[in-house]
Amino acid sequence: MSDVQKPDTEKATTGTGAAAGSAGADEKFLSVRDLRIHFDTDDGLVKSVDGVSFDLKAGQTLGIVGESGSGKSVTSLGIMGLHNSERARISGEIWLDGEELIGAGTERVRKLRGQKMAMIFQDPLSALHPYYSIGAQIVEAYRVHNAVDKKTAKKRAVEMLDRVGIPEPARRYDDYPHQFSGGMRQRAMIAMALVNNPQLLIADEPTTALDVTVQAQILDLIRDLQKEFHSAVVIITHDLGVVAEIADELLVMYAGRCIERGSAEKVFYRPQHPYTWGLLGSMPRIDREQTDRLVPVKGTPPSLINVPSGCAFHPRCPYADVPKDNITRTERPELRQITDGHFSACHMTPAERERIWTEEIAPKL
Amino acid sequence: MTDLSKEIPEQGAGQGPDGADGPAPEPLLKVTGLVKHFPITKGVLKRKVGAVQAVDGLTFDVRPGETLGVVGESGCGKSTMGRLITRLLEPTGGKVEFEGRDITHLSTGAMRPMRRDVQMIFQDPYGSLNPRHTIGGIVGTPFKLQGIQPEGGVKKEVQRLLELVGLSPEHYNRYPHEFSGGQRQRIGIARALALNPKLVVADEPVSALDVSIQAQVVNLLDDLQKELGLTYVIIAHDLSVIRHVSDRIAVMYLGKIVELADRTSLYESPKHPYTKALLSAVPVPDPSRRGGKSDRILLKGDVPSPIKPPSGCRFHTRCWKATEVCRTTEPPLIQLAPGHQAACHHPENVPDQSAQTAAVTGGASEAGTTK
Ligand SMILES: Nc1ncnc2c1ncn2[C@@H]1O[C@H](COP(=O)(O)OP(=O)(O)OP(=O)(O)O)[C@@H](O)[C@H]1O
Ligand SMILES: Nc1ncnc2c1ncn2[C@@H]1O[C@H](COP(=O)(O)OP(=O)(O)O)[C@@H](O)[C@H]1O
Ligand code: SF4
Ligand code: SF4
Ligand SMILES: [Mg+2]
Ligand SMILES: [Mg+2]
Repeated sequence: MSDVQKPDTEKATTGTGAAAGSAGADEKFLSVRDLRIHFDTDDGLVKSVDGVSFDLKAGQTLGIVGESGSGKSVTSLGIMGLHNSERARISGEIWLDGEELIGAGTERVRKLRGQKMAMIFQDPLSALHPYYSIGAQIVEAYRVHNAVDKKTAKKRAVEMLDRVGIPEPARRYDDYPHQFSGGMRQRAMIAMALVNNPQLLIADEPTTALDVTVQAQILDLIRDLQKEFHSAVVIITHDLGVVAEIADELLVMYAGRCIERGSAEKVFYRPQHPYTWGLLGSMPRIDREQTDRLVPVKGTPPSLINVPSGCAFHPRCPYADVPKDNITRTERPELRQITDGHFSACHMTPAERERIWTEEIAPKL
Repeated sequence: MTDLSKEIPEQGAGQGPDGADGPAPEPLLKVTGLVKHFPITKGVLKRKVGAVQAVDGLTFDVRPGETLGVVGESGCGKSTMGRLITRLLEPTGGKVEFEGRDITHLSTGAMRPMRRDVQMIFQDPYGSLNPRHTIGGIVGTPFKLQGIQPEGGVKKEVQRLLELVGLSPEHYNRYPHEFSGGQRQRIGIARALALNPKLVVADEPVSALDVSIQAQVVNLLDDLQKELGLTYVIIAHDLSVIRHVSDRIAVMYLGKIVELADRTSLYESPKHPYTKALLSAVPVPDPSRRGGKSDRILLKGDVPSPIKPPSGCRFHTRCWKATEVCRTTEPPLIQLAPGHQAACHHPENVPDQSAQTAAVTGGASEAGTTK
């Protein structure tokens, strides 16, 4: 890693140094393989993430969707190396620009964090310290990774505030978080996360706490910044509308597992898993004719301590009896490729899925 | 101003029971010029230094059997409005009539019988249930408070209610923490229905729930309305949900109703620029629109503070159509099409109103510009 970055002139910086075979723009920048993150608790072992794999190229956006408790945040914190190693049992591989992170030391991961990869959270107050001015915090984030004097760092911070759309950035530099509105805090946190031009940005429910008009502003901002810096973005949300706005690739999680993965077009237009069908049927859509009735997914999300046997979705799946020999209840379905780059974890045969999709699901969506 | 709406034939859009012919029925709830200002005090002497103008002059009706949806951004006064019409808050001004009876300033005692008829469901399915009480105790509370002994006893009635909302009667002795968010919301609904209310005000009833569970609760509310002939006021910030559940919709901005219309009319032909911007900002689950900034209206900045709302039209600081008259004169909420009211000098989809609206208000600057 070069110690000093020249943010003004940089575009897509590719990593140098430590990692051999640094990824070019067209290759996988982030590669997650069979990630498992389990927690020991008094109630038992919580399998928050249980075998998740995906790849992401520079300049691309991956959306991770799923209900609350499906393991989205635990996955993202895992990539950032933010789990307490005493409590979390982590296995699998996380490759960032050719460098494996799970096996790397905590020091190394800390160095990468904030520099090569950065994260924004749902609640900006969890990332911003109430006692320091917004400007001071951005300066701090910059100086940790860049040996520059205060003046240079301040200039950079004001520039970032301007870039994320804070009006009168030089004046607002000295404001404290409580003096900012919710949308402005979110912008300030984005400014802080992006101050070192990270090549990977993970945004965990970045707009969930915001109003739609502000959400539109923030999504727009993330999209613009990504274009400008050609970074890889992982956006985590429970809102299918938000991912459709911004994601190229989609990963649907259920009970700590990836149950469907593919391009946004494929997953939205040709979803291949009953849970994805359920999610799409549940949401009222403003872009379609008014429907009389929503089609909810029955039942409630499963416990991650006693994950249902076989397919974790089977207690709620209307098609659990379709695959032969009750296999749905005994064997965990693997994530299988259906068409190029489109994967689904379901025991139904492609023909069975196709029939149900065309006859029962598509007409109702 | 709303009296105009009485001359308008019903719009067929909703499935409300009043969709048939004849004049519009007497409203179940009639709200006129409703105001709530929360004083801001300073120092030990609690000197009043200003006021949060949370709700600042709302006029609307709720018709029997219909669902009135209320949308708007955070802090625009939706919950305050809900708490005012259920009389959980004392209005600063204006009038609330229920079934023709003025209930604006009824004392707690005089309100008690009325409480049976008007119930509220809250946003937070976690905070709104006492963790130390059993489900049976929670759902049975209204009987105790009202001193009512239902036929067959409280327990039997509570179990009937639990079944009504899709829970098992066996849940009677369990505690809230044993239930998921969606189930807790069902418990809150069962409690609200205990006394057979006529009007249910639901404040963000599904916002805290996952989409699959949200759909269960939306359908449940729908079933209950049909089965029990309920009238709803549903408050939400999600425009897709509001469109699905409502017959008519009120859009709020900074303590005011800026548009009030039948569902179809509002979504197909919004008149107020704010409504138009809100609708355009809703993320749509269709990737073909990705990156398409074309039809999206990006508003500048955030909602201003309700302590010092902008003069004239409160939306003028963010509105791309604002002119001088917008900064000085507050546009009244007037009828622009059948069943469709909006408060704007330069509305969308209809002729410009600046001449008329300025005349209506006579240029008099309304309250709320200073202080
Ligand atoms: N008890 C109170 N004292 C002072 N100010 C209050 C009080 N209750 C509400 N407010 C203020 O009144 C305004 C309207 O609040 P309200 O809770 O009605 O908004 P809302 O539209 O329900 O917002 P949200 O979508 O966030 O729930 C806000 O500025 C709020 O801070
Ligand atoms: N530190 C922890 N210890 C034990 N369980 C945890 C911990 N963090 C998260 N979990 C559990 O892991 C599951 C997934 O959580 P999370 O990733 O936060 O879900 P979401 O998809 O809503 O982001 C949940 O059941 C949660 O309770
Ligand atoms: S494997 Fe069986 S239970 Fe699971 S999604 Fe497919 S059909 Fe449903
Ligand atoms: S009155 Fe003026 S500022 Fe207000 S919404 Fe209409 S055009 Fe915009
Ligand atoms: Mg989360
Ligand atoms: Mg509220």
